[in-house]
Amino acid sequence: MGERKELFKTGSGIEVKPCYTGDDPAPGLAENLGTPGGYPFTRGIQPTMYRGRFWTMRQYAGFATAEESNKRYKYLLEQGQTGISIAFDLPTQIGYDSDDAMSQGEVGKVGVAIDSLADMEVLFDGIPLDQVSVSMTINAPAAILLAFYIVVAEKQGVPPEKLNGTIQNDILKEYSARGTYIFPPAPSMRLITDIFAYCAKNVPLWNTISISGYHIREAGSTAVQEVAFTLADGIAYVEAALKAGMDIDTFAGRLSFFFNAQNNLFEEAAKYRAARRIWAKIMKDRFGAKDERSMKLRFHTQTAGASLTAQQPQCNIPRVTLQALAAVLGGTQSLHTNSYDEALALPSEDSARLALRTQQIIANESGVTDTVDPLAGSYFVESLTDEIEKAVLAYIEKIDSLGGAPAAIEQGYIQREIADSAYAWQKAVEAGEEIVVGLNKFQMEEEPVKGLLRVDPAVADRQVEKLRKLRQGRDNAAVDAALEKLREAAEKDDNLMPFIIDCARLYCTEGEIAGTLRKVFGEYHPVEIL
Amino acid sequence: MSKVIRILIAKPGLDGHDRGAKVVSRALRDEGFEVIYTGLRKTPEEIVRAAIEEDVSAIGLSILSGAHNHIFPRVIELLKQENAEDIIVFGGGIIPDEDIPALKEAGVKAIFTPGATTASIADFIREACGA
Repeated sequence: MGERKELFKTGSGIEVKPCYTGDDPAPGLAENLGTPGGYPFTRGIQPTMYRGRFWTMRQYAGFATAEESNKRYKYLLEQGQTGISIAFDLPTQIGYDSDDAMSQGEVGKVGVAIDSLADMEVLFDGIPLDQVSVSMTINAPAAILLAFYIVVAEKQGVPPEKLNGTIQNDILKEYSARGTYIFPPAPSMRLITDIFAYCAKNVPLWNTISISGYHIREAGSTAVQEVAFTLADGIAYVEAALKAGMDIDTFAGRLSFFFNAQNNLFEEAAKYRAARRIWAKIMKDRFGAKDERSMKLRFHTQTAGASLTAQQPQCNIPRVTLQALAAVLGGTQSLHTNSYDEALALPSEDSARLALRTQQIIANESGVTDTVDPLAGSYFVESLTDEIEKAVLAYIEKIDSLGGAPAAIEQGYIQREIADSAYAWQKAVEAGEEIVVGLNKFQMEEEPVKGLLRVDPAVADRQVEKLRKLRQGRDNAAVDAALEKLREAAEKDDNLMPFIIDCARLYCTEGEIAGTLRKVFGEYHPVEIL
Repeated sequence: MSKVIRILIAKPGLDGHDRGAKVVSRALRDEGFEVIYTGLRKTPEEIVRAAIEEDVSAIGLSILSGAHNHIFPRVIELLKQENAEDIIVFGGGIIPDEDIPALKEAGVKAIFTPGATTASIADFIREACGA
């Protein structure tokens, strides 16, 4: 009998055979797998995985003002969410105050507007920072937002050594895929290694970076490219920290990762397993790590925003379920499930709750959490894990030959690879070679969706007014002096974190702090790659 | 042979989501247009200046951050100030249906939301530019 297609393959172009047997996984399977919680961590980073406790259910949220976002976080915690994930608006992510000309039209739109410590105090009002782990999607100005956070905790009476959370702090993928860069690569890498060194001493439980493939995938890469470009970025951060004089085992255990979950269930599950194995080997063999904690790839997952359709948006609910299942089968440490209305607007309260419920159903009802790494030993999944590893290593070798990830980005190599995959996908969808249910098959006439979340345009005015009052009410001579000290430190090679924390305490605004650094460091201007 | 139509694809505001803008740029190139892509974080002023200098027939604005109601009308206003309102403005991104009538009222000729094909964008431009 004939088959549906001439050739079956995964999104990464790995050919899928009609049937897999014991001959398919690479020789040495037992050694390649290890035991759960043991090197090379293919089966997961803990011996008991979800039998011990479930992953952290962490929904990315934030919009409008600190007051409104604070309410959403409290609501999500009441609904059983176990961690907070802060979405900042674009001006905050790019180091502009809400009253900056560049901020027009953007204040409070894709996340919460934070201009100073004062906003951060409101954001975490009534949320005990010694009990909740907080993840912040902040990159170029990560040092500034971390400083605000440390000072808010201090005011709550929580010392920095008790703080548990993550800053994204991954500038390389901003250049290659996400776009919220400020400074050129060299000072950006310095800020990152300053944070590594400062936190190793003062905030030991903090995840100082979340090396992110998520946005690389959203920008159009394949699963293999996602892992390859992310691990290549990881290698660059490790090399930068070693060059700054740090010992591998003092910081490597605090590196964390962030991956996407797309629709191809087995390729995605195999992807996480392969990523863990490759990273463990890189840390051990390439960088000589001795502490097993340095070899464990811990990761957050978010389901794929780019897979959501505006057409028949309820179809996104099963998509998100499949993607979340892949992440759980792949052993994720934390998970954000997207809301079904996100191809249309920011999620409403109802859709955000349903997304959280989806994780809770997988955790509590599906049974997949009752044993560790349930896919291990599947001829197909092990073979896919091997194939992904092989393809990722080939990319890493290529990137090494170009001089490492920063050089490969500078040459446009990574951007071009991503753009080629994005374009190939679009052409395949338009040609009907790839089916997207509701979009290019099984379409129907629909009414526009009602009840979408809208951010009140008056948010910007309120934020500007708050800033005006803040600037009137603080000790401006002290502010100027602190900014001047920061400027001097930036021109030398002092660790900048203590200076930024001093600025935060005096209610210097984010724009003032980032602006001071802009004057010293300059700004990044990309070469556009189509 | 008719003249090649020149198009400016622009990313206004602070939004870094450029997958759509890049895919549309490449597809329009493959459809035979001359395409100039601005890159990220362009102000309405910079976009209008580039459109006039590059002598384009149309500007495609891509925005996914929700700032469209502020930025799209501003581009059209600036084109009028420069006596360049013959340049057609279209847009795409995460734009709620209910915002579209007001944007069209302001002078945006077409809005392409998620799922629109690149072929439909090319057809629109050819028709709007009388090609």
